[in-house]
Amino acid sequence: MKAWKIAGAVALAASLGGVAFAQTGGPIKIANVGELSGGGATVGTNFKNGADLAVAEINAKGGILGRTIEITHADTQSNPGVARAQVQKALDGNPYVLLGPGFSGSVKVTASLAQQAGIAQIMGGEAAELTQTGNPYLFRTSFGQQSTMPKVARYIAEDVKAKNVAVIWVNNDFGKGGRDTITKEFAKRGVKVVADISTEAGQADFAADVAKAKAANPDALFVYLNEEESARILKELRRQNVQVPLIGETTLTGQKVIELAGDAANGARGHVGLTTDAPVPALQQFRERFSKKYNYVPDHNGIKGYLAVYVVKAVTEKMGKVDPKEFAKTLHGMTITPDKEPGILMETTYDQNGDIDRQSFMTEVVDGKQVVKAVLPKLGS
Amino acid sequence: MATLVNILIAGLATGAIYALVAIGFTLLWQTSQTINFAQGEFVMLPAFFMLAAANMGLPFWAAVLIGFNVTMLLLGWGFKRLLVDPMLRHGVLPLAIATMALSVFMREAVKEFFTAEAQPFPSIVPATNIDILGAVVSLQNVGALGVAVAAVLALQYLLTRTSVGHQMQATAQNPTVARILGVPVDRMILYTFLINAGLVALASLLITPIYLAKFSSGEVLGQAAFIAAIVGGFNQVRGAIAGGLLLGVVDNLAATYVSTQYRAAIPLFLLIAIILFRPQGLFGRAEERTV
Repeated sequence: MKAWKIAGAVALAASLGGVAFAQTGGPIKIANVGELSGGGATVGTNFKNGADLAVAEINAKGGILGRTIEITHADTQSNPGVARAQVQKALDGNPYVLLGPGFSGSVKVTASLAQQAGIAQIMGGEAAELTQTGNPYLFRTSFGQQSTMPKVARYIAEDVKAKNVAVIWVNNDFGKGGRDTITKEFAKRGVKVVADISTEAGQADFAADVAKAKAANPDALFVYLNEEESARILKELRRQNVQVPLIGETTLTGQKVIELAGDAANGARGHVGLTTDAPVPALQQFRERFSKKYNYVPDHNGIKGYLAVYVVKAVTEKMGKVDPKEFAKTLHGMTITPDKEPGILMETTYDQNGDIDRQSFMTEVVDGKQVVKAVLPKLGS
Repeated sequence: MATLVNILIAGLATGAIYALVAIGFTLLWQTSQTINFAQGEFVMLPAFFMLAAANMGLPFWAAVLIGFNVTMLLLGWGFKRLLVDPMLRHGVLPLAIATMALSVFMREAVKEFFTAEAQPFPSIVPATNIDILGAVVSLQNVGALGVAVAAVLALQYLLTRTSVGHQMQATAQNPTVARILGVPVDRMILYTFLINAGLVALASLLITPIYLAKFSSGEVLGQAAFIAAIVGGFNQVRGAIAGGLLLGVVDNLAATYVSTQYRAAIPLFLLIAIILFRPQGLFGRAEERTV
């Protein structure tokens, strides 16, 4: 009787093994955890749509190494606590790679989970500290603040020739990281911060903040907020007739900001790592495909989501196998070029920290459109 | 000086919008003991009615007109008949809880139909500036303040100078006696719900260009208006007006001259001080239990 039980157990194990084997040969599972609602809905929705577009394109061409991609989406509600729970849930499903979240605060609390699981996390966060913790599984889709802020500070000091600057920032990990980094860069270049104004995520009324900045009489304003708040403050800056140059980063001149702020966005300048307005044919073609599918023009988060999936494709094809453990090692130090992987849009190099190096752009909003004023080369070129 | 003038006008403009919403709180409380915890969402929703109408290709003025009418129908008549009347029989607390549930429903419904992203909303006042006391002041702020003050004055006229207003006051003071004297109490109560709907629609039209149309924008407004109503006096319309204006100005002054980080706490300090030292509010009437 005992022998029969053992034989039965062996047969069951064999059949389960067969199922497991069938799964490894099935679709490649990618889990995306992003800000689909709450304050970061613009970020997460764009990222999701970009990723979905890439998945659809890759699957239409036969997938990766002959296997299709299956992507799932979970909503962090723009809340780091929810993000942690959603990432844990996503990791429990044994994905090949984890995408997102987009908010630095949410990345900060979830990175250790992906690291423990040994799963590569390709995220949208830009806070400088994220890739400085020695986590070998964390990768960016855009520049970190340590790469962008020196460029922005140099532009404000040398091109705008501002001596006194007011800094308005959002009091979360993203905003604080940016504020701390640019303040150091300003100090190096002899630019004085005459007003240091923190605002809250989701803040609706910026009348007092703008009045404070205006009263400090700066030569330029550095605005570092999330998209919706950027739109609100641009409208308030217009209402209070602030005439000094408004300079920020990607989140000040994004498509969604322009749509929300309307005319008030005109004149705002921003350093942008990724923009569909860039004079790069591959980016413009992406913009057309995205707009056709979703009926709106993507912002940089849409490009981030798209690129993240093509990074997965490039790495997997380089390895020649679907190996989650080997993925992170392969991506460190890897350069992906558009001639080998057109979906990567621009030549991209990952360093040993998971930071990214590629071209970037200085933009200005002119007549409701983001116009690229200068192309800045890769740091390593 | 220019900064102070700007801040005062911006604070008064925001405060006047708070006041519109707070008046709604007090009207509903006085005539039907309804504490509407969905009042913030009542301000958020009309903007989406207007946007929906505008998305159908209508000119903005027509979209605004439709938005006002739909708001009166759904958030005035519908709210009273479908939620307040059935729930009020069970007491004030179940009704208050039902309005909380309604606020969640409204937020989620907007998220479902319009996505969770903010939408741009046009302003009825052009985005230009005017000179007041040497300060360059936004015409939008002055316009919002002017429209809100005009609405409040019109409401005061209705309540104090017209027969309908007197009947509404009688209903608020003692519905039983008012009924004996031939006042159509039910109709007067319905009027207060319709007035509340009109006020929130107006507040929505004025505040949404600044806050943007978003499912969550009612949370801040609802809380601010509730505090304004308590600070001013929950049982007096003039209290709600004073509370709203005071809150708008104090919030902006505190954020400018004290701390932007702690600005959210200032209205709550004000609320605690009022509850401790003048529980009936600045202009409210002390009420005693009847039993």
